Amino acid sequence: MRRYSVLALLRESLTGHRGWERAWEDATPKSEYDVVIIGGGGHGLATAYYLAGQHGITNIAVLEKGWIGGGNTGRNTTIVRSNYLWDESARLYDHAVKLWEGLTDDLNYNVMFSQRGVLNLAHTLGDVREGQRRVNALQLNGVDSEWLDTAAVKRFCPPLDVGAHARYPVLGGTLQRRAGTARHDAVAWGYARAASARGVDIIQNCEVTGLVRDGARVTAIDTSRGRIRAGKVGMAVAGHSSVLADMAGFRLPVESHTLQALVSEPIKPVLDCVVMSNAVHVYVSQSDKGELVIGAGIDEYLSYAQRGSFPVIEHQMGALLALFPSFSRLRMLRSWGGTVDISPDASPIIGRTPIDNLYINCGWGTGGFKATPGSGHVFAHTIARGEPHPLAAPFALDRFTSGRLIDEHGAAAVAH
Amino acid sequence: MLTIVCPHCGARDQTEFRAGGEADRPRPADPFALTDAEWADFLFMRGNVMGLQRELWVHAAGCGKWFSLTRDTRTHRFAP
Repeated sequence: MRRYSVLALLRESLTGHRGWERAWEDATPKSEYDVVIIGGGGHGLATAYYLAGQHGITNIAVLEKGWIGGGNTGRNTTIVRSNYLWDESARLYDHAVKLWEGLTDDLNYNVMFSQRGVLNLAHTLGDVREGQRRVNALQLNGVDSEWLDTAAVKRFCPPLDVGAHARYPVLGGTLQRRAGTARHDAVAWGYARAASARGVDIIQNCEVTGLVRDGARVTAIDTSRGRIRAGKVGMAVAGHSSVLADMAGFRLPVESHTLQALVSEPIKPVLDCVVMSNAVHVYVSQSDKGELVIGAGIDEYLSYAQRGSFPVIEHQMGALLALFPSFSRLRMLRSWGGTVDISPDASPIIGRTPIDNLYINCGWGTGGFKATPGSGHVFAHTIARGEPHPLAAPFALDRFTSGRLIDEHGAAAVAH
Repeated sequence: MLTIVCPHCGARDQTEFRAGGEADRPRPADPFALTDAEWADFLFMRGNVMGLQRELWVHAAGCGKWFSLTRDTRTHRFAP
């Protein structure tokens, strides 16, 4: 892999930019791999990257049924934060934020990680108490977090309507300054390029159609591009996790739903932070192109359609205008939906499955993008060692049997 | 916007309904006899079907009736 640098850019600009090589090899599948990762989204690619770089396993394939970055990795609102209430979550998500902070250098690919701050608004006395409790819990866990009163919220985010006349008066907010946004496509492309450089085969247009079992082990994977034998298999397929688990013969505690987002027409810089509101339920930031990126909650019925319903968009636009009346004349440019896997406690599931050499990484629900580097990092460890990374251990599938849930519903700074 | 047929009121907009999840999940006949794994299966595990699913809906902003129907989760089309 030729490194990207200012020098390389200068050199290429003198020769008409004809010397750039492919960012990653478009591999054809071999008949056998030590590890096969199913799912070429950010989580799967990051897993392969860390397996190859930190665990000495290089005979790895990543199978993607579509194209790299075409699933949920390219269908989110790019927000990165770690302001989760419970100890286990705070540690896991902050592990990811720390990796985000060095990711551009690590991958030699600009993922445009912008620590512009994430502001979570409080509109009721209940919100205030919950927010302050979360600030305290985060500080005890070493995660940066602070409480802003109404005047401080207005100073931090001037376009926000904090007047007493507001339909949802702003009583304060929590702020995580290290949180922010990253360029989602760049994350997929950067991991794909760096993994490919470490010898990982990235195989696109390769849909898994079945798993070949021998007792309690998976021996091979049937795909649309033929049968591939595998020593270990890791699945990171978000909304389609239940479909794959069904092929392997077990059930998962997740439901697949559509999560929609949309962008406005591009405008001049108006919003230099991320604003989220749990009570009125919308989150918004401004992309580098100038579009407002707006998201909210899932459609409540089960769906694999990658297509949501209009009432959800109507609700989130109403919430947006309650917070930012000045956005009322903006036109919306496009909307999209992704299929997210919602777990009962709004926490991910990482670790072993009833199949010996099949490992799972799912249940990230509406918040998987933020965890991409951390998720891949702990999942790679889990696959390589055959036992969970200490940060991932509490998130094992067996917590639904033991009852030791990590209930982030309503605790995780955003409604799920 | 889905158009959902309430067996009592007829075809109405989706916004009048709430989704109730998978249908045909009977409560355990003898709850005290269940193991932890069986409880986990009943409480948390789901079929999460990609394709035709039997599911519950309630006409929340209408007559209040609970009913089940079959829908294709890939297309949102209701089976007749």
